[in-house]
Amino acid sequence: MAMFSQNPIMNGPSYSFNDAPKTNTPEGARQHRFDPYTDNGGSTLAIAGADFTIMAGDTRLTSGYSINSRYHPKVFKIGGTTADQKDATLVLSVVGFSADGEALKERLDTICKMYRYRHGKPMSVKACAQRLSTILYQKRFFPYYAYAILGGLDEEGKGAVYSYDPVGSYEREQCRTGGAAASLIMPFLDNQVNFKNQYEPGSGEGHALEERARRPLTRQEVEVLVKDAFDGAVERHIEVGDGLQMMVITKEGIEEILLPLKKD
Amino acid sequence: MPGFDFSNYNRNAALCARGMSLPKATSTGTTIVGCIFDGGVVIAADTRATSGPIVADKNCEKLHYISPNIWCAGAGTAADTEFTTALISSQLELHSLSTGRKPRVVTCMTMLKQHLFRYQGHIGAYLVVAGVDPTGTHLFTVHAHGSTDKLPYVTMGSGSLAAMSVFESSWKSNLTQEEAIDLCSKAILAGIFNDLGSGSNVDVAIITPEKTTLKRNHITPNQRVPKLGNYVFRRGTTAVLNEKVIRKEELGNFVSIHEMTEEADKMEVDT
Amino acid sequence: MSGIFAINGGACVAMVGKDCVAIACDLRLGLQALTVSNNFPKIFQYGDVFLGLTGLATDVSTVSDLFRYKVNMYRLREERDIAPRTFANLVSSTLYEKRFGPYFVGPVVAGLEPKTGEPFICGFDSIGCIDFAKDFIVSGTATDQLFGMCESLWEPNLGPEDLFETISQALLNAVDRDALSGWGAHIYIIEKDKVTKRLLKGRQD
Repeated sequence: MAMFSQNPIMNGPSYSFNDAPKTNTPEGARQHRFDPYTDNGGSTLAIAGADFTIMAGDTRLTSGYSINSRYHPKVFKIGGTTADQKDATLVLSVVGFSADGEALKERLDTICKMYRYRHGKPMSVKACAQRLSTILYQKRFFPYYAYAILGGLDEEGKGAVYSYDPVGSYEREQCRTGGAAASLIMPFLDNQVNFKNQYEPGSGEGHALEERARRPLTRQEVEVLVKDAFDGAVERHIEVGDGLQMMVITKEGIEEILLPLKKD
Repeated sequence: MPGFDFSNYNRNAALCARGMSLPKATSTGTTIVGCIFDGGVVIAADTRATSGPIVADKNCEKLHYISPNIWCAGAGTAADTEFTTALISSQLELHSLSTGRKPRVVTCMTMLKQHLFRYQGHIGAYLVVAGVDPTGTHLFTVHAHGSTDKLPYVTMGSGSLAAMSVFESSWKSNLTQEEAIDLCSKAILAGIFNDLGSGSNVDVAIITPEKTTLKRNHITPNQRVPKLGNYVFRRGTTAVLNEKVIRKEELGNFVSIHEMTEEADKMEVDT
Repeated sequence: MSGIFAINGGACVAMVGKDCVAIACDLRLGLQALTVSNNFPKIFQYGDVFLGLTGLATDVSTVSDLFRYKVNMYRLREERDIAPRTFANLVSSTLYEKRFGPYFVGPVVAGLEPKTGEPFICGFDSIGCIDFAKDFIVSGTATDQLFGMCESLWEPNLGPEDLFETISQALLNAVDRDALSGWGAHIYIIEKDKVTKRLLKGRQD
């Protein structure tokens, strides 16, 4: 048996660390707990331009290794006067637990509609952004499990993107991704939207190099970037795919574009 | 088998006990199937390997060689399927050399199940074994704990239910070779499109008494779409602080290198 | 965060180009969130073969030394340098031997086939499953970020200069979105007759 004395499972703990914890539950004991959240996968993306904002999300809804739906939108128009939202000015994208996301969308939409009826004008992005933060924080101890991004045009007509964590901490940004493939897409956006880690060739040596100057991207450039970002994410993340839904917010209104993604 | 080296086991168990989670090994989430037809057997697999929700390999090979007339499709822990099949392949070759007979599928299946049972399921290999030998055409499944099944059509892996739905709705007895290839491909495609753990392409192997045909990437329904943008950077975009170039010819300053000609490269053989 | 792989942090990536390969790593060595060193390279050279190792730093050192020993023994026995593909199989079987008590490393191999000059790269999980790729291999705590970057930046048949820019930008931007890697980078561009090693400027936070 000498050769087995090395094995901690057989002879009880013989770890080099003396404070190794013991197994916490007795044999056969099972704890039952209500688990109200599911992760429904998917990814969202928002980029603000000079006079437009593009909000995008894939349309796959998953749980575990299953696809529940190949067309389940994550990007919604918010605050129109009618059910078809054709005069809406804001767009909300939600990813995470889709039931919470949808509940959150419905609530914010109602609030925006109420505001519009009372004041006779659509809610500004800034105001809506603050209100969304309040809604999320109200459920601080039973949060909406949703990563929201709000997009629109600000008072000066510039593109505006506000991103949130599930409990309402928010920030205005140039670009942001959320959801399953956020970690895949975000560094790409840093590099291609904000030109991070890029320098002006021949402008100096080593530390003296000048950073590549930032410039606002055109709508065509951003649309290409969004499609390529999602195509990359689809290749490497199993929960992203099927369809790409894009909303382009300009002063003329909101245009919706639907593109196919890989379905495996 | 020489056996495994457990020298890191205590250290790793201690790290585990301190609340460190063990790393996830590459798993072949996988859809694998097999189907017997009149005059042979077909096995097929998808080509996606995953590590959690991330695709580690888009075009991996899940059809493993055992012997010319026996092939194996593997699901589960990728390293385990790879090495278990390689080990049994080697033992079977030696066995067939010492007996002077063609290896049999039952022998292969028995060796696999005995090996896997010895390790009590810790070797996470889930296999579909198929082949043709002098006793006929055979198709088996072997589970990681060592249990086996013998059926006319089988599926395994995370996409096994999707694939089995195709077999249960379309399978009939006395299939032709083409029908069997088609049925297996359809079953794999069901896994590729409906199971997130499976994806990319369809690999097929057809084994008949005469020969084995491996159709690598038999169907490729998931080719990457071309990029819309151009992402080649201007040269000099990255900031470099230091550069060192080592040339092959300069290595001669430190060691002597003799280029071998093709003739000199050939080994002398005693006659 | 509680994973063994994430104690010390680090990232590594290899890419195929036209008649060349590139392999790159970051330089951080940390203890959880605390950075201990900004000069801990994770790429090791054995003759013409390059090995990148990420993961638990003690295993990175142990495994790199183990392979130095094994490659030297190979050279003595065979009287020739080890080929990348042979080395990949050596790495695989060495790691699988420790299937039930693994080294916590994510190896990446890069080199050119000695006879044909064909580019060769491959990656492994910690128990030796080989991932032969025709495009790129990533490993380390910034795996997700690197996959995203490589998938969108990489394209086939990049020359050595363009491949350098692509792999550098992929690594730098990936590690900037990972708290556990970064602090500068080493890039090797491997061509038929020369190897170019560059030290990159990266964020020191």
